[in-house]
Parts: sequence; C-alpha cells; structure tokens
Amino acid sequence: MSELLFWFMTAMTIGSALIVVLHSNLFYSALALVVTLFGVAAFYVFLWADFLAGVQVFIYIGGILILILFGIMLTNKISSVNISHSKFHQGIAAVIVMGIFSILGWMILKTPWLHIVQQEPSQTVGRIGRLLMTEYLLPFEVASVLLLSALIGAAMLSRKAN
Amino acid sequence: MVVDNLMQWFESWTLWEAGSPLLFLIVVVIAGVPIFLLMAVNALVAVYAELKISAFMQDRVGPMGQGPGLHAGKWGLLQTVADALKLLLKEDIIPTLADRKLFIIAPFIIFVTPFIALAALPFNQNLLIADLNIGVFYILAVGSISVIGIIMAGWSSNNKWSLYGAMRSAAQIVSYEIPVALSIVSVIMLTGTLSMQGIISYQDGTTLGILPNWILFNNPFSFIAFFIFFISGVAEVNRTPFDIPEAESELVAGFHTEYSGMRWAFFFLSEYANMLIISGIAAVAFLGGWHSPIPGFLESPGWSLFWFISKIGMLIFIMMWFRWTFPRLRVDQLMNICWKVLLPLALLNIFGVGIWTLLTG
Repeated sequence: MSELLFWFMTAMTIGSALIVVLHSNLFYSALALVVTLFGVAAFYVFLWADFLAGVQVFIYIGGILILILFGIMLTNKISSVNISHSKFHQGIAAVIVMGIFSILGWMILKTPWLHIVQQEPSQTVGRIGRLLMTEYLLPFEVASVLLLSALIGAAMLSRKAN
Repeated sequence: MVVDNLMQWFESWTLWEAGSPLLFLIVVVIAGVPIFLLMAVNALVAVYAELKISAFMQDRVGPMGQGPGLHAGKWGLLQTVADALKLLLKEDIIPTLADRKLFIIAPFIIFVTPFIALAALPFNQNLLIADLNIGVFYILAVGSISVIGIIMAGWSSNNKWSLYGAMRSAAQIVSYEIPVALSIVSVIMLTGTLSMQGIISYQDGTTLGILPNWILFNNPFSFIAFFIFFISGVAEVNRTPFDIPEAESELVAGFHTEYSGMRWAFFFLSEYANMLIISGIAAVAFLGGWHSPIPGFLESPGWSLFWFISKIGMLIFIMMWFRWTFPRLRVDQLMNICWKVLLPLALLNIFGVGIWTLLTG
C-alpha cells in the first residue's frame, strides 16, 4: 500500500514540478507549486517526520505560496504576458540545468544513505524541540535574527516617505 | 483510532491479509462517510439556527411554513431541506470568460480541506478517525490550504468583485493565522503535547476547588488566549464582523459572486464546516474537549459526545450572535486589530504562560 502511494506521490510531485517550469501562465505555475509542495510534505510523512510535514504545509502552502499568489494578483495582465523566454535563453538554461541534474544524480548515487526504521518513532516534536533549544540553538537564533531583519526591511520599504 | 479499530476488526474476519491496500481503502471510505454526513447535517442545522436566531434578534419570527407539502414544515423546520433541494436543482452557470478548469476545481478544494481536517477532531473517548501525534497542528496546517481554493475561485471567475474578495481573503487569512497559531502555542506549552486526546486528558479533574480543570481556567494568560483564539478564528472563517472577503454591500458576494447551484453550495457547506472546526479546536484546546463541565459527572462515552457537541453548538451560536449584532469592520481596521492588538497580546501571552509554568510547575 505505502509503496503504491509512494510512487503515486512521486509521479504527482515531479509532474506538477514540470508544470511549474513549463506552463506559460504564471498563475497556473503557482498553483502547480502547491501540488509540488504538498508532495514534498507527503515524502516527510513517509520518513515518519510528521511534524516536518505539518510545517511544510503550514509555512510553505499556507504562508509563502499564498503570498506568491497574492503578489501575482496584484500585478496586471497575468494571463496575457508570455513568461517563456527566447530559444537562446532556453538553450543556456537547459545546459545549466542538465549540469546541476547530473551533479545531484551523481551525489545521490554516491551518498551512503541511512536506512529508515520501519517502526513509528514514539515522539518527533519533543525531540526536535529539545535539539533546537540545546545543540542547534545558535543556528536557530541566527535564522530568527535574519527573519527579523527581513521583517524590519519590509516595514521600512513600505513606509510612506515623510 | 476508528481507522485502527476497523482495520483490526476486518482483519479478525481473515478475509484479507493484514495491511492489504484494498482493506485500507474500504476502511477509509467507511470512516469518511460519517464525516461527510456530519458536514451536511451540520450545515442543515446551522443554517436553520442562523435563520431563526437572526430573526429573533431582529424581532421577526423567521421561516414559519405550515404543514407538509412544499411548505417549510412546522416552525419552518424543513426550510433548509427545501433550500438544499433548490440548490441541487438549480442551473449550473459558468461564465464564458471564466477560467473553466480552475472555476470547476476551486469549490472542491474549499470543500476537501475541512473534510480532511475533521479527521483529527475527537468527538469523545473513541470517536476519532485518527489520533495524530501532531493533531492540533495538523488541523491548523490543513485549514490553511482552503484559502488557495478561495484565491482560485476569485481569480478564475474573471470578475473584479471576485478578485477583490479573493485578495482580501488571502491577506486576512494569512494575517489571522498568526494569532490563531500563537494562542494555540500557549496551550501546547501547558499540555506538552500536540495530540488532541493528549490535550483533552490534560484537562481532566478540577481546579480551584470547584471549576473544571479546563485550560480556560488554568491561568490568567490562557484565559486571554481563548479570546484571542476565538476572535481570530471568527476572522479565519470569514464570518461577520470580519467578512470583508464577501462583504455583500461592497463586493456583491466576494469570491463566490459568479457561482451558482451545487458549486455555490460547496462554499456554503464548507463555511459552516469551518465554523465547526474552529469551534471544535476551541472546545478541545480551552474548554476541556469532551469532558463534562461538572468533573466526574456523566462522563460515559455517550454523554461525552453530548458535551462536546453542546460546547461546539454554544460556540457556533456565539459566532451567529456576533454576526447579527456587530457591524462589519473596514479593511484597515481589520489589519490593525490583527497586527497591533491580537499579535502583541498573543506574544505577551506566550511569555506569561512561560513565566507561570516556571513559577507554579
């Protein structure tokens, strides 16, 4: 059952990711990104990382993606603007993307992967919280300072000039 | 819970081997049908209640059909059944210049999100589709998807009012998600678990001698957190006084202006289902879930179900009370309340709950 679901989710994630890149309508691309992010959340569930899956849906779909859609709706002429570029640019992009793809593929084949435990861990959230507050406290705080500065920057930019 | 039990029960027949995909599908469908029925019945009952409550608040009598036939029954009891039939029979109109695909998909997305969120809501000790480790977080996360359906509906309608409604809705829901989540954080700090049943079992027993040990009465900060949660929750389900995404006097009907018939009914159904979910979370997180209001009194599973439904009903009634007594807020007022009042209060609350648990825990 889970194998079947896994391949289904994989096909859905990759398929929607292709739509994100290839569709000429920006709004459709953004909506396809919802499916891609949802598929990634499903992969977290397969890895027993239920909290991470929830965060993925809550932050990426419920927050960031809605802001992207909001941004698209604020711009005019969404459907009439053709966002695909010239053949020359597409050629350059294809070369770069193939390069990145082969590097990533090589890395995936070379990495000694951990084997997933088949049993559900007794708790995930508590352990993540404990690690964030002890071992990874500094990166956690640095990330929050980064977000805070972004927030202040956004407030500064949107303020009316006196 | 229900899914696990049904799986074991079916497996005990030995017709299927353990973990068979077909069996899992059958069990999920069996568990899903009652949720669908709950959503439908909830909408029928709540719409009737809304008609009657609004009528009494405005010194009218509301629907008062007499007798059987196509009249609305005694005291208008069949009014919503007649409404539902009417919606089923209505012509389905799709505007010519609308984006057909998205226009058709949008109501389903809006309908599916409360449907899957209800899977984690415990109605009593046993009546719960799945007791997830991340229960309350799962419901909040899934609930945040529904706004994508609203944006799709508003954009695909190709109508300026729909688009305005969708944009307002996106801004509103993204903003009010933050105080909702932060007020739930102050609950989680007390209970130490995200599981819905775990949060409820924390609220067992009494506090201060007589009061039930609900998180609402746990400490002054959690008392305030309930009000932050409930106000933001009302804003999240787009109810008056926060219904600017569909403000009928400015935007005709907001994001669902162009919808009619069954597709419109999906929006309606999910609005009432979302009220049910927000009330359900409030009841679980602050009002003791399915615990009896008098600790130790009538706590059998049947009565637990009754207490939980009554708490939800009470909260839904309060939302209706809001709707028929408060005027609608302006967009800027709405954002001010969220970012300048509720958010700082919620942050202060988390700090307060932390200090409280440090001193008393």
